[in-house]
Amino acid sequence: MFTRFEKQIPKIVLAPSFSAVLIFVYAFMAWTVYIAFTKSTIMPMYKLNGVLQFGRLSRSPRWETAIENLFIFGILFIAISTVLGLLLAILLDQRIRSEGALRSIFLYPMALSFIVTGTAWKWILNPGTGIEAFVRSWGFSSFKFDWLVNPDFAIYTIVIAGVWQSAGFVMALFLAGLRSVNQEIIYAAMVDGISTRRIYTKIILPSMAPVFMSAVIVLSHLAIKSFDLVVALTGGGPGYQTDLPATFMYAMAFSRGDLGQAAASATVMLMTVVAIIVPYLYSELRSKNG
Amino acid sequence: MVDNKGLVGSVRFVEYLVPRVQRLGIYLALVVFAAYYLMPLFVMLTTSLKSLDEIRTGSFISLPRDIDFSSWKIAWSEACTGVKCNGLKPYMLNSFLIAIPAVAISTMVGALNGYTLSHWKFKGANLIFGMMLFGCFVPFQVILLPMAIVLGKLGVAGSISGLVLVHVVYGLGFTTLFFRNYFVTVSNEITRAAKIDGAGFFRIFYSIFLPLSAPIFVVTIIWQFTQIWNDFLFGVSFSQAGTQPVTVALNNIVNSTTGVKQYNVDMAAAILAALPTLLVYILAGKYFIRGLTAGAVKG
Amino acid sequence: MRQIILGIVAAVTTFINAGTVFAGPEAEVLHWWTSGGEARSAAALVAEFEANGGTWQDMPVAGGGGDAAMQALRARVLSGNAPTAAQIKGPSIQEWYSQGVLADLDDVAKAEGWDALLPESIANHMKCGGKYCAAPVNVHRVDWIWANADVLARAGLDMPTSWAEFNSAAKTLLGMGIIPLAHGGQAWQDATVFETVALGVGGPEFFHKAFVELDMTALGSDTMEAVFDQMRIMRSFVDPNFSGRDWNLATAMVINGEAAFQIMGDWAKGEFTAAGKSPGKDFLCASTPGAGYLYNVDSFAMFAVKGADKIAGQKLLAKLVVGESFQTVFNLNKGSIPARIGTPLDKFDYCARQSAYDMEVASGNGSLLPSYAHGMALRGAQAGAITDVVTNHFNSDMKSSDAVKALVAAVKDSL
Repeated sequence: MFTRFEKQIPKIVLAPSFSAVLIFVYAFMAWTVYIAFTKSTIMPMYKLNGVLQFGRLSRSPRWETAIENLFIFGILFIAISTVLGLLLAILLDQRIRSEGALRSIFLYPMALSFIVTGTAWKWILNPGTGIEAFVRSWGFSSFKFDWLVNPDFAIYTIVIAGVWQSAGFVMALFLAGLRSVNQEIIYAAMVDGISTRRIYTKIILPSMAPVFMSAVIVLSHLAIKSFDLVVALTGGGPGYQTDLPATFMYAMAFSRGDLGQAAASATVMLMTVVAIIVPYLYSELRSKNG
Repeated sequence: MVDNKGLVGSVRFVEYLVPRVQRLGIYLALVVFAAYYLMPLFVMLTTSLKSLDEIRTGSFISLPRDIDFSSWKIAWSEACTGVKCNGLKPYMLNSFLIAIPAVAISTMVGALNGYTLSHWKFKGANLIFGMMLFGCFVPFQVILLPMAIVLGKLGVAGSISGLVLVHVVYGLGFTTLFFRNYFVTVSNEITRAAKIDGAGFFRIFYSIFLPLSAPIFVVTIIWQFTQIWNDFLFGVSFSQAGTQPVTVALNNIVNSTTGVKQYNVDMAAAILAALPTLLVYILAGKYFIRGLTAGAVKG
Repeated sequence: MRQIILGIVAAVTTFINAGTVFAGPEAEVLHWWTSGGEARSAAALVAEFEANGGTWQDMPVAGGGGDAAMQALRARVLSGNAPTAAQIKGPSIQEWYSQGVLADLDDVAKAEGWDALLPESIANHMKCGGKYCAAPVNVHRVDWIWANADVLARAGLDMPTSWAEFNSAAKTLLGMGIIPLAHGGQAWQDATVFETVALGVGGPEFFHKAFVELDMTALGSDTMEAVFDQMRIMRSFVDPNFSGRDWNLATAMVINGEAAFQIMGDWAKGEFTAAGKSPGKDFLCASTPGAGYLYNVDSFAMFAVKGADKIAGQKLLAKLVVGESFQTVFNLNKGSIPARIGTPLDKFDYCARQSAYDMEVASGNGSLLPSYAHGMALRGAQAGAITDVVTNHFNSDMKSSDAVKALVAAVKDSL
């Protein structure tokens, strides 16, 4: 029925994309890992030099802070975005009037890049010009909201701005998921007299498990890549207390001409990504039929 | 003494009140969240309409005393982005020249890939899909320098086509994902029947799958356009004088390190640069949800 | 006969046309002069360049004192598409040279007599392997302290000549409710204050040993601990919102009397003059307490490019940059002083003239030193390692002795 050529068409169609990915993703990653084992400074050098870059990295207090921040920021950002996204989706799903307008309001931050919104957030969160000053001008002179300039709390302001940017997208994912739950089962449950809360916890939420996974994956991806956010809001400060691996890598590569360090930090970042993503991909694609 | 009518009355009152209080609570919560979401945009808009003195002396959240559109004009055609002071206008064209081909190509290729991976499975198809998907997660700073080497060897360094190539390659993972997850929900029976009828690979795609993929096309186009239009990293590294996109110009206006900061011009420039993506989101937001509902993201 | 003449005309015409492939000097310039004031200063250079037949192609990339520009530059060089000239300074010039990507400007330098026109230490920065490869634009002095004249008069204070004097003046000001030191909490600003303190507390020789030679004894010494002690004291003189503040907003605090002093390089003068203030009357300028002069020289490095147009463009650009008219106009606008010796200073104000005089004196007695905080003394990796420790100490309650240990460890690791 099918000629042998026709049987190969699927592979031919995929070939350009797959080869592009092989080169531009995997070969490049290999290049970076290779450079991590050299003494490259301002430009790449190809002479291998052992693991000295990783040693330097492990002794760097700034890198330690960056990794710590990745976990603090990452966990908070993913958790709060997921919860907020789910909450907004449930609220919007209640057949609200002006759902369209509200949906645009929650989604629009994703359309803007942080070069655009960074300055606005910096003002809002700065105690001298933003919320603290505003509330104080109303008479509450002991109100404090100086997280942005506080070395111990600045990282949490990054969470606030990050959640603002991404929760809307998560909301859209959950809204789509909520709306595609089989309505008949819900009606049957309501007819049976099961309470709304139990309908949510026992029927709706479990059926959205795949959407949860997608949301978590997209959010982890954003957390790991977080760069514009930090640069716009705190520049990595106070000191280097809000540094993240992505900004560390950038500083080493481009401001300091220390490509070896940059590549080493990138390698560690890549390993983190692999540790999260690969198990998920494996489980997802194994359970699919065929 | 309990009066029958009173008891029933109070129960009825509670029956009346509780759902309305619940409704009120829901609306209240939504309003609070909407405020959190709109605040930065509000600050940006009002600041762009104030004069510099008003910005210095007023509070960040106050409405402008007189509405002053001059910063918008400056941002569009007079702001200094380097030695030249021509505003954002000259750079907008570059961004369109990069974004439109890149979105078109990556979307079409993604559609074909997604179709292949969901209805023409062969041994190893899932592995290929997984490997392509992993590409979505690589941080871009990591591939910046090797990409520069490759672009140089291909002879497209600094050109619009070079940037289009970069954006197409790194968009393929997501576009393939969106289309594949969408087409997977289309029953295999349909394809099997068509194959039995003698239809070939491209025929089936053209007559069966394309017509029903409008929602997912919209989702993909929105996502790709946003990512590509807002990109700064690739734009600044792989362009040269004359091919710089609008994000580079915006960065030059907003992040100049000396001189008086003209916040009103900065904000106006930021909104101008974001207008295309904002418009795309607002106009097509409805289809975005519809497209997602139709299976783009489930599992 | 006619055929011979026609033949000759044809041959000559072809010959002439072959020559016109060369369109004129052309330069694509990568820089980060993107604010209005800088753009105007650079525009003067562009005008001169074009008046001499050149075509200027602008490639501006703002941000981070050149970080984004350096990213773009690396990508361009790696892709074999380097710009004609780029705003590079300090040891980075020699680092790029070691990669074999810079061009040779010696012919221009000899023709214009640069060796006689530039102070020796500056000329050395511009040379790669003994030959000129970069053209200096200006000399910025980093160790300046600026003050609001009115505030000082009211407090009955003079410009401090020692750090002890500064500390007591600051305490007086605190008592009056005035912020003693306007500061912006960004790593490079912390580093700027640190190096002026180090110069003042340790002296020029200590500075050279520690930050130019990276001598471990100097870096781990008690003097270094004293420097960190003084930094801890300075920390108590800044207002609580200093984190992340841009330097020009700190200058604004001094201009409007909210704060008394700012420690910042001479580019701060531009903010004062733009606000209509005059030196000596509304604001005061002086060297930070202690001897020595810390310089920061902006320059254009020329890259090895192909094409007669571009090479001609480089040579023309180099010639004009060190030329008297550009040196005068640009530095008048920027607050720095000309790198070119002998440029008439009559149009410059008294702070600039003071700076030029101090530079001559320092050059004579060996205290003319490169700024580490502004990338003149060390390679990026090493300067960055030091700054990390400095900014961490300033923004935490780290003990000075721990800071010194961290400093030594960080520098060792960055070599």
